[in-house]
Amino acid sequence: MSLRERFEAAQATWINRAVAAGILVFLVLAPPLHIVSDFNLSQVGIRSLWLGIAAASVVFLARYGGMVSLGQAAIYGVAGFTYADLVVKAGWSQWPAIVAGIATAVLVGLAVGFAASRTSGVYFLVLTLAVGVIAFYFYLQVEQLSGQTGLHLDRAPALVGGDTISHSTRLYYAALIVSAAVFVFIRYIVRTPFGLAMQGIRDEPLRAASLGYNVPLHRTLAFGVGALIASLAGILSVFFNLQISPSSIDINQTIIVLAIAVVGGLGHLEGAWIGALVYSLLAEYTQPWATHLPHFLQKPLGSERYPTWLGLVFLVVVLVSPGGIMGIWHSTIDRIGRGLGGRGSRPDLLTGREAAVER
Amino acid sequence: MRTAPVSVWIGRWAAPVLGFGLLAFALGWVAYQAFGDGFGIDGGAPDWIRITLAGLTLAGLYFVIASGFTLIFGLMRIVNMAHGSLYLLGAYLSFEFQQHHFVSWGVGVAIATLGVGLVGAVMHRLFLRWNQGQELRQALITIALSFIIADQMLAYFGGAQHYVRPPSQLAGNADFGIYCTSGGIFGGSCLTFPWFRFVALGAAIGVGLFLFLVIRTTRFGMILRAGVDDPSMVSACGINLDRVNTSAFFIGSALAGLGGSLAGVFLVIAPGEDADFLLKALIVVIVGGMGSLLGAAIGALALGLLDTWAPQYLPGGWSNYSILLTFILLVAVLAVRPYGLFGRPG
Repeated sequence: MSLRERFEAAQATWINRAVAAGILVFLVLAPPLHIVSDFNLSQVGIRSLWLGIAAASVVFLARYGGMVSLGQAAIYGVAGFTYADLVVKAGWSQWPAIVAGIATAVLVGLAVGFAASRTSGVYFLVLTLAVGVIAFYFYLQVEQLSGQTGLHLDRAPALVGGDTISHSTRLYYAALIVSAAVFVFIRYIVRTPFGLAMQGIRDEPLRAASLGYNVPLHRTLAFGVGALIASLAGILSVFFNLQISPSSIDINQTIIVLAIAVVGGLGHLEGAWIGALVYSLLAEYTQPWATHLPHFLQKPLGSERYPTWLGLVFLVVVLVSPGGIMGIWHSTIDRIGRGLGGRGSRPDLLTGREAAVER
Repeated sequence: MRTAPVSVWIGRWAAPVLGFGLLAFALGWVAYQAFGDGFGIDGGAPDWIRITLAGLTLAGLYFVIASGFTLIFGLMRIVNMAHGSLYLLGAYLSFEFQQHHFVSWGVGVAIATLGVGLVGAVMHRLFLRWNQGQELRQALITIALSFIIADQMLAYFGGAQHYVRPPSQLAGNADFGIYCTSGGIFGGSCLTFPWFRFVALGAAIGVGLFLFLVIRTTRFGMILRAGVDDPSMVSACGINLDRVNTSAFFIGSALAGLGGSLAGVFLVIAPGEDADFLLKALIVVIVGGMGSLLGAAIGALALGLLDTWAPQYLPGGWSNYSILLTFILLVAVLAVRPYGLFGRPG
């Protein structure tokens, strides 16, 4: 890297850091300063944060493991259902049930990871989709575990505010702290020897194997780490909704989690939360906005049709800019850093392979 | 001569032994449940025949749908995640045309099949043709399309359940004349099975033979096979591979539509069935190996029988865990063959 290139890269880095710090200050100060309404804080804020964590597990596996997974909704469903079951049906207290939920989800994740560990690419995608849909039908059929109308909790742990429907500020901060922790944890783990081996296997599975790395084992463990992250999202989602039902992990939800990660940008970890924000805004504000559409568009695109809108956004992103929103952002910032007219590095691969191994 | 250490032998043989052991145990258990009380009318034999025929019919339906999926994947390496949506679209189209446009059943099926094939061909021309080779991106595009198609079908066809009426000649039951009971209010009856389900089974065999003959004997099939092995060489020979790909996409999608319009007669048409049948198609091709027609046939057979045997022969109280057996089937096959029974990597 020449001196000039280093200088330009440093400039781009500083722009990114300043923006990130600004966003973080905004997120922390939003509730006490009443910048956003309580409704938005809960329906857009908390929802973006927990869905962002779920999408972060997708990004983690795709970005650093080369595995694009459609099974993450199923994994967080296992965590959420186990937690809710133990509290509602078995009468456990909150924290042991939460730990048990996370542990179960990680075990299921390891099992799925083992089954999928010798495949990659689209095979992995197909296999994890099959697992995701199987998990949905499992909870649909086994009503002993899912209840006939889903499982309903009276309250979340007092630490996150108990009745989170009417008092959401504590849960907001909890979700924010967990999100930050997940972000730091992923950034940390990809720099460990395990994370480096994972990235090596992503790029050159054959070479890694011939160097003595156990490729299936690393993939299985990586999927286990992804399951750990997703299970946190599952627990938070139960805190947020105070209920969970099979439709919480149906094929639409399965696709939505992947769509969030792709729209945000599979190449960039922070994209998970950006994509989740876009999704939450679409889910909340399609309805009031779409009623103004002309009459003949009401049926295909009207107020009930936010899945179509989401699908269209997803489709446009995949067609036009597979790097997602963060891909566009980073290429723009790089261009500014290099001075106008300079050549931006455009992330052209979905898995973000344009970046070198992170150390 | 050095012999391999024991651990290597265990590593090599554990998975196959476990897999075949599970298979043998499952078959033995079903046989014991069905024939444990003898083959007479008081035993489980009549039920077994009925259930197994139902399973074979279901297997036929799965094969029709999965063969379209595997054809597209085999030639273009495109994983068409919208295949389930195309299946449901076929079912809705045949229902619509029969119900509101008063065409006969056969014409309805033909319109649905061709219409869905056309939708698939348009999908390929607009969204998939220009990014050939980017497997993951194409899969994501079809996922987005399936999401949109599913929601649009909900908008236009509603959430209610529908059925397609079979033609009157096929509406009745076939009477085997065996395992007859005498007496009762209706004066005795024999083992029967709906005629229409035989049609579905026949359609599957027809589709299988048709695809096999087209791929093995015709010029088009020869181009298809050559396109799988070396697309650039085929193009260099002056063949418009692009057009061939679209035709294959048309055929593959039309098979999903055909499956949907057949299934509309004996299965329910409702939102959510697209996910169900995408799952079935995926399991069939994962088990059989993506891109393999023979694999699809064997995978369909395994899944069809599993789906009908499991609720019947699992011990009481466990029957709603039958979906777990699907998962076990998947894991067992992948443990032995990571790319399916007849699949090949890359």
